[in-house]
Amino acid sequence: MNVTVKKGRLTKLSGLSNLSDTNLLLTITIGVFLLMYVCAVVFLGSSFLKPQTFFNLLNENAALIILSCGMSLVMITGGIDISVGGMTALVAMSCAVNLDYGGGSVGTAILLALGIGLAFGLVQGFLVAYLDIQPFIVSLAGMFFARGMTTIVNASQFNVQNEAFQAFKSIRIYVPGMGAYNRLGVYVPAYIEPGVVVALAVVILLFVLLRWSKLGRSFYAIGGNAQSANMLGINVKRTKFLAHLLCSVLAGIGGFVYFLHVGSGSPSHASGAEMNAIASSIIGGTLLTGGVGNIVGTFFGVLSLGTIKNIVSSLGLDDAWWTNITVAAMICLFLVIQSVVLMRKNKAKQ
Amino acid sequence: MTKLQNPIKEAHEPLLKRVVRSQIFIPVVALALLVIFNLIMDPSFFSITLKQNNDGDPVLSGNLITILNNASELVILAIGMTLVTAASGGQDISVGATIAVAGSVMLRLLCGTDARADTMETSLILAFVVGCLASMLCGAFNGTLVAYFKIQPMVATLIMYTAGRSIAAWVNGNKLPVLNDPTFAVFGGFIPGIPIPTPVFIAIACMIIIALVMKFTTLRLYTQSVGINSYSSRLNGLNPAFVKFLTYVILGLCVGVAALIKVSRSAINYSTIAKDIEMDAILAVALGGNALSGGKFSMTGSIIGAYVIQFLTTTLFNFKVPSDALPAYKAVVVIILVVISAPVFRDKVSKMWKAVKGGK
Repeated sequence: MNVTVKKGRLTKLSGLSNLSDTNLLLTITIGVFLLMYVCAVVFLGSSFLKPQTFFNLLNENAALIILSCGMSLVMITGGIDISVGGMTALVAMSCAVNLDYGGGSVGTAILLALGIGLAFGLVQGFLVAYLDIQPFIVSLAGMFFARGMTTIVNASQFNVQNEAFQAFKSIRIYVPGMGAYNRLGVYVPAYIEPGVVVALAVVILLFVLLRWSKLGRSFYAIGGNAQSANMLGINVKRTKFLAHLLCSVLAGIGGFVYFLHVGSGSPSHASGAEMNAIASSIIGGTLLTGGVGNIVGTFFGVLSLGTIKNIVSSLGLDDAWWTNITVAAMICLFLVIQSVVLMRKNKAKQ
Repeated sequence: MTKLQNPIKEAHEPLLKRVVRSQIFIPVVALALLVIFNLIMDPSFFSITLKQNNDGDPVLSGNLITILNNASELVILAIGMTLVTAASGGQDISVGATIAVAGSVMLRLLCGTDARADTMETSLILAFVVGCLASMLCGAFNGTLVAYFKIQPMVATLIMYTAGRSIAAWVNGNKLPVLNDPTFAVFGGFIPGIPIPTPVFIAIACMIIIALVMKFTTLRLYTQSVGINSYSSRLNGLNPAFVKFLTYVILGLCVGVAALIKVSRSAINYSTIAKDIEMDAILAVALGGNALSGGKFSMTGSIIGAYVIQFLTTTLFNFKVPSDALPAYKAVVVIILVVISAPVFRDKVSKMWKAVKGGK
């Protein structure tokens, strides 16, 4: 594992080798997503052609996009954070309790969400970066803690009644020119939820950060090889710390977006969200070993995951069991494609 | 702990230092601390009584028996997980889902088409063997992805983790069969006339088998060398891909045995059976002082680690912690344990200790 060179170099051996690993995997992801969407349109009829279907995909997955972006960030540095699902549940429950029983406003709820993210990030980042404990174990404990705390805050599900929040929740941003006429001939404008704007902003910001900032390049460097990064003068510990901190803060934001979408608090909220986030990152071409990944890929990874779920449900296989099996098959397909492509490329290089 | 030490120098180190540096020091200390904590807070925690169970047989009951009994599946899984961790430098997160698959296959064979069977349709041994084969097949699938397609273990097993419970439901056509045969209940309960729960014996049998395998085969040497450096072990004539593959199949077998205990203990429910047991199994490996990045391992450490986790769970239940809130307390203890065992932390503490000594 250590002998393969992970950062792709621009060698002119074959067409494939002209792309770096990151861009190659990104191309595969976007290609497969487009192919899947086209197939859905062709075989499953026009409902996939409506802009609103696509926007609903964004509305449903806004929180997951944010969580996955954070996850990709940590995975690029060679770590992992499986506490994001638990944190989402904790943030949703805390905000719900704060709004309905704590006399809080939307502002305090947002602050609370950010505070929870920050607190988790500081502790987990410190343990991973400065005490050198395996990120899996640290975030596993984080997950246990967040899930346990959620039931301690409130053990049962409830819907938030706070009016200011309800008003905030029902904000719709209409996309001009993208509406459609329904069966009665009434024009229905296409809309997105505020969470989508947050998610897109996160994607763009992180893309810029990873592409052009010194910190972003250091993430790739320490993920590729921490020792050489250290020799290049990068502060490996601080960079790792910042990656975990950012991931947890994003989980806090994602938690609030999730809360905004569902409008309730429950201990079973976002169960398995961490695995969905990891799966999206992988489909998006991020490698768990670090050093390779792209935020745009992750964005398309989430959309691919959402599309496959939509396709399964519109095929009439509404069973949750079928969704899981298809999602698993898709992850498997992506992994094998990625692995074969990378292996062939490495062979071509040698 | 992962530092290579000169064996000659090690032998000359003072006994105390050698004990503190030993890999099973942390799990043993954790266990000891839990015992002491319980002794101080509630000495009745350790009482064991002889009670009559529903069938009128005398059986032992008490917290210690509960710990030994309930930790059985975890111990068996920890054995396989240690090997997988050591060889592939990653963990299998699909064991809970694979337990559902194996359990479902066993019940499918035992119950046949009858969802409320009172007698076994096929022989128990056949069902057990086929169930184990199913879980070994899942293990082989994971192993193939990890060893031959070179996919990171956590990602590769994510596939089975996602699909496993669905496959389990599909095997039984989404029905939840219940088997009321007393012979079948033996594996999760008691053998008539013997007051100790059967899972304890199964766990002990597994420990003995793995101890013999470790002693008389090259499995330990091969997994360790593949885990430390798979490239150089290939140069030395090993087949690293096959060794990795083999560890996943062995874990599959462990899962099959654990599944027998699980389905015998209680009725199957695909979405909740053995839920999050993979996290506990990985935790057991980590608490045993094993590096999750692979390489050298201590099987004893992992097994003690598994008992520590169950001890902690039972202790918390004894203090009336609701089961939903349990993970929060567990997380705090886990963090304390891993911080104490972190080499960086230990170095800092020993430096401070020396400074204090020097100051005097």
